[in-house]
Amino acid sequence: MNKDEVPQDKKIIHGEDNSISKVLYVTDNDGKYSVTQSEGWDAENLAMTQAWEDIDEKIAITKQKVLNGELSPIAYYMEKNLMDLPTLAGYAGFWKWRVKKHLKPAAFKTLSETKLARYASVFNITVEELKHFHLPA
Amino acid sequence: MIIENFNHQQSAHCESGVTLSLLQHAGVPLSEPLAFGIGAGLFFGHLPFVKVNGIPGTTFRIWPGYIFKRVSKELGVTIKTESFSTPDKAMLALDNALQNRQPVGMQTSVFFLDYFPPAWRFHFNAHNLIAFGKEGNEYLISDPIMQSVTRLPAEALSKARFAKGFPAPKGKMYFPVKTGQGKPLDKAVISGIHKTCFFMLKSPPPFFGQNGIRFLGKKVAKYPEKMEPRKAALCIGNIIRMQEEIGTGGGGFRFLYAAFLQEAAGILKRDDFTGLSHEMTAIGDQWRNFAYAAARVMKDRSGSLATYGELGDMLAQLADKEKDFFTRLRKSV
Repeated sequence: MNKDEVPQDKKIIHGEDNSISKVLYVTDNDGKYSVTQSEGWDAENLAMTQAWEDIDEKIAITKQKVLNGELSPIAYYMEKNLMDLPTLAGYAGFWKWRVKKHLKPAAFKTLSETKLARYASVFNITVEELKHFHLPA
Repeated sequence: MIIENFNHQQSAHCESGVTLSLLQHAGVPLSEPLAFGIGAGLFFGHLPFVKVNGIPGTTFRIWPGYIFKRVSKELGVTIKTESFSTPDKAMLALDNALQNRQPVGMQTSVFFLDYFPPAWRFHFNAHNLIAFGKEGNEYLISDPIMQSVTRLPAEALSKARFAKGFPAPKGKMYFPVKTGQGKPLDKAVISGIHKTCFFMLKSPPPFFGQNGIRFLGKKVAKYPEKMEPRKAALCIGNIIRMQEEIGTGGGGFRFLYAAFLQEAAGILKRDDFTGLSHEMTAIGDQWRNFAYAAARVMKDRSGSLATYGELGDMLAQLADKEKDFFTRLRKSV
């Protein structure tokens, strides 16, 4: 890439500037390399924006399902923390099949305080916040 | 306490940057392109069965830890690499090393690094950084992706070092312990080139090297048949991010490799390497064109077979170009 073609496209995501001024390796007109800074490039910004749109939608859908009583609050916080089932199982220290069970409201209600505390600590919230999802989070 | 004579340098890529800073601190003269080239960092891999949130994995670089290990070995530097069973042990070992005035490289997850802008903080577990001091409860961090040094609370660093998922860092830390007599620089450069040519040409098909690029091309062409337009768009979005976003120096590390070949021309006193560097730059530009086209297809979201077919063709051409390039590079050394 020629140094004159370096894009400086700000990464605006969720209405905020999320740009990192990164190092790019670029050539001068003789093809000689040096480093320069770039704020970002539309192509990559678009890819990241799209990834976030997908995440935000998943969070919104899951939130509604929790409110409808189809899923437990753990499902919501899992999405909110960008985790999938194996990742959450790893952090909480449960088998995957158990986490899967805990995503169901019926199983969630029977969880002990200790188990709830393990989830709450992974999500960086209190047990109360985890239990009382209907309250404004 | 702070290791004052430690020098933070912003780099294109986290692992070659960490390698550069740690080895320079140990007295080994190096540049980022040299670290990347001698470390045989360039690669390609597409693993459709290794999925994160349902999106197949693509990589433009060799697996984590390889560059530091290889460069150190080639240049005669003895290193210490440790993983830990508990965060307490891992943080204690870090503190002990810092007490001995040793900057320490670590594998971390970006999710817990709060000096990154929020939108960057995914569960990406193969990010490398250096701690070079501790004040109170905070560590002084030299993150090669960042322009300047940052600070991180002990708790966040501990979590980042014990991230779960793939690949789990398990508190991994590493640093040089002793410099010694390694290969002369020209021999190390040639050896690095041999290794990269081997990876790109001789890796078992279909997932890796130039075969992997062709394989990805075939997959991409079929995305609209196999999945919803939206999922297809996310899949190619992920390729763009791996290629451009995560600190590659542009063009999926191809520009960084071209810069290495240019330095190699001087070290090996081989004028033909300047030409090879230009060729690699052109390949990097072609990767940028692919990302640009992929972003347009992604934005369009119509999921039309024709446009995905075109992306597939672009990847097939890149596979041909890289096969030809590395075949000639291998013959030349």
